[in-house]
Amino acid sequence: MAEALQQLILDTLDTHGTIRDTRTLVIPGQKEAAASQDAQVSILGALNSLASRDMITYTTHETLSHVLTPEGAQIALEGSHEARVWAALPSKGEGEPVSPAELKQKVGDEAAKVGQGRAFKNGWIAKEGSGLVKLALSIQDKTQLDMREVDSTGTLKDGEKALAELRKRKLIIQRKGQWFAVQKGPSFSTSIAKLETDLTVESLTSGAWKTATFKKYNFEADGIPTNGGALHPLLKVREEIRNIFLEMGFTEMPTSSFVESGFWCFDSLFVPQQHPAREVQDTFYLSDPSVSLPPPKSYYERVSKVHEHGGFGSTGYRAPWSDAESRKLLLRTHTTASSSAMLYKLAARCRGEADTDAVDHADLAHEHGKVLAQTSGGAGSVPSGSVATGQDDGFRPAKLFSIDRVFRNETMDATHLAEFHQVEGVVADKGITLGDLLGFMKVFFEKLGLENLRFKPAYNPYTEPSMEIFAFHPQLKKWVEIGNSGMFRPEMLEPMGFPKDVRVLGWGLGLERPTMIRYGITNIRTLVGHKVSIEGVEKSPAVMF
Amino acid sequence: MPTVAVDKEDLWERLGYKYTTEEFDKLCFDFGIELDEDTTAEVEEAKRKGLPTERPQLKIEIPANRYDLLCIEGIARALRIFLGKDQPPEYKLVYPPGGEDNLLTVAVAPETKQIRPYFACAILRNLHFTPRSYASFIDLQDKLHQNLCRRRQFVAIGTHDLDTIEAPFRYEARNPKNIKFVPLGKDKEYTAEELMTVYESEKHLARYLHIIRDSPVYPIIYDQKDRVLSMPPIINSEHSKITLNTKNVFIDVTATDETKLGIVVNIISTMFSEYCSEPFTIEPCKVVYSSGETRITPDISSRPSVAHTSYINSCTGLTLSSSQIATLLRRMSLPTEPSLDNPAEDILVLIPPVRPDILHECDIMEDAAIAYGFNNLPERFPKTSTVGQPLALSKLSDVVRLEWALAGWVEVLPLILCSHEENFEWLNRPDDSLAVKIANPKTLEFQVVRTSLLPGLLKTVRENRSHPLPIRIFETSDVVFKDKTLEKQARNERHAAAVWCNKSAGFEVVHGLLDRIMAMLEVPRIGSTDHKARTGYYIKECSDPTFFPGRAATIYYRAPPKAGKLSALESLKKDVLHMPVDLAIGTLGILHPSVLEKFEIGYPCSAVEFNLEPFQKEMHADWTEGDVKSAKPPPVL
Repeated sequence: MAEALQQLILDTLDTHGTIRDTRTLVIPGQKEAAASQDAQVSILGALNSLASRDMITYTTHETLSHVLTPEGAQIALEGSHEARVWAALPSKGEGEPVSPAELKQKVGDEAAKVGQGRAFKNGWIAKEGSGLVKLALSIQDKTQLDMREVDSTGTLKDGEKALAELRKRKLIIQRKGQWFAVQKGPSFSTSIAKLETDLTVESLTSGAWKTATFKKYNFEADGIPTNGGALHPLLKVREEIRNIFLEMGFTEMPTSSFVESGFWCFDSLFVPQQHPAREVQDTFYLSDPSVSLPPPKSYYERVSKVHEHGGFGSTGYRAPWSDAESRKLLLRTHTTASSSAMLYKLAARCRGEADTDAVDHADLAHEHGKVLAQTSGGAGSVPSGSVATGQDDGFRPAKLFSIDRVFRNETMDATHLAEFHQVEGVVADKGITLGDLLGFMKVFFEKLGLENLRFKPAYNPYTEPSMEIFAFHPQLKKWVEIGNSGMFRPEMLEPMGFPKDVRVLGWGLGLERPTMIRYGITNIRTLVGHKVSIEGVEKSPAVMF
Repeated sequence: MPTVAVDKEDLWERLGYKYTTEEFDKLCFDFGIELDEDTTAEVEEAKRKGLPTERPQLKIEIPANRYDLLCIEGIARALRIFLGKDQPPEYKLVYPPGGEDNLLTVAVAPETKQIRPYFACAILRNLHFTPRSYASFIDLQDKLHQNLCRRRQFVAIGTHDLDTIEAPFRYEARNPKNIKFVPLGKDKEYTAEELMTVYESEKHLARYLHIIRDSPVYPIIYDQKDRVLSMPPIINSEHSKITLNTKNVFIDVTATDETKLGIVVNIISTMFSEYCSEPFTIEPCKVVYSSGETRITPDISSRPSVAHTSYINSCTGLTLSSSQIATLLRRMSLPTEPSLDNPAEDILVLIPPVRPDILHECDIMEDAAIAYGFNNLPERFPKTSTVGQPLALSKLSDVVRLEWALAGWVEVLPLILCSHEENFEWLNRPDDSLAVKIANPKTLEFQVVRTSLLPGLLKTVRENRSHPLPIRIFETSDVVFKDKTLEKQARNERHAAAVWCNKSAGFEVVHGLLDRIMAMLEVPRIGSTDHKARTGYYIKECSDPTFFPGRAATIYYRAPPKAGKLSALESLKKDVLHMPVDLAIGTLGILHPSVLEKFEIGYPCSAVEFNLEPFQKEMHADWTEGDVKSAKPPPVL
């Protein structure tokens, strides 16, 4: 069919030299000229194919024509509503009049409703008792005839006014149409040479490629979609940030403990027991299991003492201390709970526990996986040169990071989920200052594409000073808060056993927010959770900050 | 963080300068508070429309531990000092004529121990309230009640017109049936018992009723003539209420915690003492406990504390002198005195009663750094030299993620919390009592921490009906099991799981995915009856109600033998019975149609899920600064 049509075009050109209007062509297998738009679409396909071989050239002309709406198409097929109503009724005196309810059953709600009015207006039907009967003996269904005319010619002989009326009745709509004028091209011929579309193994073997003519490739078309898998966009951002930490010499902390106790999640961080973050409105507490085993005894005592009575140069909170509050199990509200456990482990040798496996609490090693690499100086290690006294106090510097899930008892909305990912970095060393924290932030966030930073004083129970980090966001073109940072409080570090001169810097940020900005997502539920579209994952671009 | 609304014009007047929004935003940023909203535009808009309006306000966010900034009086005072326009005020106790003997006294009855044991009070003399300062006074009480006082649980404040009542006062705790008075805003007497019902329907008070409702005795304060002052922490009496005309204010504070008691009475009395005819003076009272112990309250003495120049410099990276630091601290409302012994190093800081947030020298150091300006500190890159290292488990997870994505599967990220039925019933699994259960979820469907990755994957399939088939998705993430041997009574376990959904179930498809990852992890496939193989994995048919009968299998892994790591039973199995020690690490199969129905999936699915942890590689110990191995002896030639 496609070839026959192409041949027809070539033959017509050969005979007449040109085709002024492709609507005059009679497509092979059809009886009438190709007036309809569908026919012109087929002709366009043939023209493009021939034009790609330079056999013809053509120009496009636009027309306005009309096509039927689904309702119009139904009328063309079954008659107008009024005609169907008329047809459904008995002639006057020739049967039981039809009640409106019965009419609805016969012709459907819509036809009954619209058709009755029109049929009355045309004088086709009349009321008899409570029912309806035919009044006219025969009718001419003008609407149906009009529909059929529009369907075949795209217009009406009656002219624009009639068309406008039908458009108003939503029976037809206007559609742009095309027709073409065709001339001979530079390679005009009436015979269509078979063109090769691709280089094949057969043509290589036979050598046919040397003489074959190749079809022009359409460089505008898309390639064939690949069928590989895809990684989730949030986890692509996670990988990028993990790489930044690794580039900067950070060791990843074990964080595989969603369940924490009040002790590790809050108390060990010097978060007061009466802090609002610990209330049931904000934190998921567990009903089963609900109580932790006792934390390491001597550490627990140092922590409870610094809260309740002070110590290590602090007045403490001087508020009542509750063992039960400390032992409550919960879903961690931040990964800083894991950082705290790691720092406690890092301080093991400072506490005089030479081997970290021998901490007064063997579970910790199990729970937090392998003993942190940095603490395993080994028996052959000698004192660090930075220790002024020349005595090894057991401290080893560490740079640690983690990116993992945390939980908040939030009501979910477009920007809040009950679970999200926290990015956290910790640097422990002697002789480091707030200036180092600023320097670190600068390098870290530059790697994330944020170059202009400002720091605002803030309050956080476990860091002092605490600094909110603001950045001028190049995509959002405004200052946005991007994270929190600070220096861990002595009341947190000294009970762990760290020497006084050890400073620990920390910072944290959410993983979701930079990801949402990166991908221009405004509703977090389209990024995390089961409502995420798989197609969205497949189409998420790679991340290079 | 609490937000305080202050009158904009009043604040400009107090600060002696009309700030633009940008200028004020910058000042707030440097000082550590945050301008949240300026209602000026809103007010102008309403004015244009002829609507009734309030005066323009600034809404300022305050750090949660700065109770001294919860009112315009405190904010303006602190900012003026920060800007160098004022010196920190000296708050003074002024005794009544006749001195200590003439102090107003409050006797605390022993019964109060059962419900709210601590009491403090203060008197502000010769005040002059304006409508706005009166409103600010009420607002500060409310801010304190909501924040530090934890919705009046820990501390409650009552304020009274001292001229309507007669000292001495009595703080008691009585049976609610025996308490009767006209409460604030009512015109008749109620017993305390009745009030518990009356206030049930008054929303602003109903939320405090639980604090005392079930106690056999309720706290109550009387004057000499048995007139009620207040019934903390619920309501004051109508009789003693303060008005715009009140000249002398009596403040009562009751608490369950003595530290917070002191903080609250200090903040409220120091903040509003500026309206006394002699500003910043407070008349103390004597509180007599049943033990005979007496306290003069409020205690607004400064707490002397020593800050060290070397410490502050070592934390900030600066090289400031003690006098430079003292200047910075004064701008943060911290008066200092030079130390006599070691003036170059020690700075005597007199921590005022309005700064209970200062617990440690580090808090003083922070104030010095804020006054210096965080953004003015020298930036430096830490010398700390360490080698980076990923976690073995993360590395393993990444291998699985990458290999499966390369194999054509799409990674998804469902939630970790799910409902009990999704985790158990819908998978045809009985509750094995291994899942961690949540006590207080706001979102009802968060009942348990998942013990399987399947519910999340199946919900993802359900929500992606419009995705062309086949659907191939996977996740590598943690599930949680209860574990009584651990301190936290639970442990995470890293799982890998995948679901295939298509017009046919395709057991062999997920099986292929398993084979692929095992091949990539160099774990050989071995026969299920092969007892000799050193290491490997195999699958063996099992019956599991999650899966279709005859289309389910358990995945077994035989780890390479490690010396000395076998338990007695394992050694017995291995050495005596010659049975391999194989670990069941997971399952795979065609999902049972009843499971599909529960998850509303209309197409057959197969799934695989297994524990990744046995495949972790051991990581090398890092080399870090300070780690030096002792030299070996040189080779002998």
